[in-house]
Amino acid sequence: MSEGASALELIFSGDSDLYSIVGLSLYVSLSAVALAAVVGFPLGAFLALVNFPGRSFVVVVLNAFMGLPPVVVGLAVFLLLSRSGPLGFLGILFTPRAMIVAQALLVLPIIAALARQTIEDLWTEYRDELTAMRIGPAGRVATLLYDARFSLMTTLLAGFGRAAAEVGTVMIVGGNIDGFTRTMTTAIALETSKGDLPLAMGLGIVLISLVIAVNGIAWGVRRYGELRAG
Amino acid sequence: MANFVRGERMHGGMSDLPIAFERATVRAGAVTILDEITLTVSPGAPTLLIGPNGSGKSTLIKLGMGLIDASEGRVTWGGRTNAASPRRAMVFQRPIMLRRSAVANIEYALASRGVSRGEQARRADALLTQVGLRHLKDRPARRLSGGEQQRLALARALACDPEVLFLDEPTASLDPASTKAVEDIVRATADAGVKVVMASHDLGQAKRLAGDVVFLVRGRVAEQARSAQFFVAPATPEAKAFLRGDLVI
Ligand SMILES: Nc1ncnc2c1ncn2[C@@H]1O[C@H](COP(=O)(O)OP(=O)(O)OP(=O)(O)O)[C@@H](O)[C@H]1O
Ligand SMILES: [Mg+2]
Repeated sequence: MSEGASALELIFSGDSDLYSIVGLSLYVSLSAVALAAVVGFPLGAFLALVNFPGRSFVVVVLNAFMGLPPVVVGLAVFLLLSRSGPLGFLGILFTPRAMIVAQALLVLPIIAALARQTIEDLWTEYRDELTAMRIGPAGRVATLLYDARFSLMTTLLAGFGRAAAEVGTVMIVGGNIDGFTRTMTTAIALETSKGDLPLAMGLGIVLISLVIAVNGIAWGVRRYGELRAG
Repeated sequence: MANFVRGERMHGGMSDLPIAFERATVRAGAVTILDEITLTVSPGAPTLLIGPNGSGKSTLIKLGMGLIDASEGRVTWGGRTNAASPRRAMVFQRPIMLRRSAVANIEYALASRGVSRGEQARRADALLTQVGLRHLKDRPARRLSGGEQQRLALARALACDPEVLFLDEPTASLDPASTKAVEDIVRATADAGVKVVMASHDLGQAKRLAGDVVFLVRGRVAEQARSAQFFVAPATPEAKAFLRGDLVI
């Protein structure tokens, strides 16, 4: 386990490369989840509350897209953002922004599909009471999002876990540029292929620790909220 | 006692009363739940809905509230057919509490009526005191006992400041003291000019509260009468049997 030992040394020595990689990973994945939530929560609420022709089809497709292969999403975003692509004029390919967009697309179905299920279940329970209180459509969405807030946090965690762990989209649209678009997962892939196993291992440990820490914080917030709000 | 209840004079605009059921039928698939109900609910003392389990009391309340539509026939409120009105409120047989504290449940209803924030706190406090739950105001509503939830639901309905208040067996899981407290509130509410329409299994309670009685059997109005008339000299054999405590199905 000499690799493991030197991995730990690396972590605690405050290696600046390591910390910039960790920082970028967190920045990209958290931004992607936030972006996906801004679109995904209203979309989920809409699908939960509004009946329209083809709704079941949309729900099935959305559920299926929860398992989108990251490399395919990466490829699609790459084609969109490449110089000859329709959004090429933005000039953001191989930047953290492109990585955020790609990861947001990857986790959007997860967040929207889980939010739809959560909100629909709560709506089934609340429908009669809210209708009796004459709560309008906007009020319903606000009430359901608010009362489901702790369950919806789990939805965000699922999205974050997916974004933080994937390597396909960030590799393709970010390009793994040292000091600019290198994330934990792309670095692990690179260092492993180069044979620098201690660094790869250190990054792996940091990645898993971060995911556990984020989940731990969320769990605490949820417990606290449930105690207070039921 | 009834300082929180607003009488008719407080309501601007058109009244929802009388509520007229005109040969209203409600079906669910092949099942006829309500069968050609013809009934007028007029201002005045509470109207009590009584009848055996499954006779259609809850369905009649939902129809009167405008939550479900008649399959045939119609219901009008003050001569109008628009079902949505902020002037009716109800307490369900199994009330659903929002995932918030007791006081937040009431403030939610107050907010839905456009009551200002400062005023919300003051009125929520008065309503909680009224139903004897002030000491539990910060408890998550879904952690209250069944009887406490029922009283909170009553306070929440009163917070809507209704002209017509539908109550579906509001004392079904209450102990005698709480039952008396709720009956006092119902009486005070009615005295303040709110029309109460209430389903009950408790004949003693019906006798104590009712201005008039609607007796349902198998989705039909078997008898509608003034309370004094109904309990002393019921007109139909079904009502006679029901009052004697015989099984009516
Ligand atoms: N959606 C529905 N589909 C089929 N049957 C229904 C539906 N809703 C109610 N019923 C039936 O209609 C009948 C009347 O129901 P309702 O709840 O109005 O009775 P109730 O008088 O309130 O009874 P209880 O005293 O038990 O509360 C019952 O037999 C019930 O099973
Ligand atoms: Mg009932």
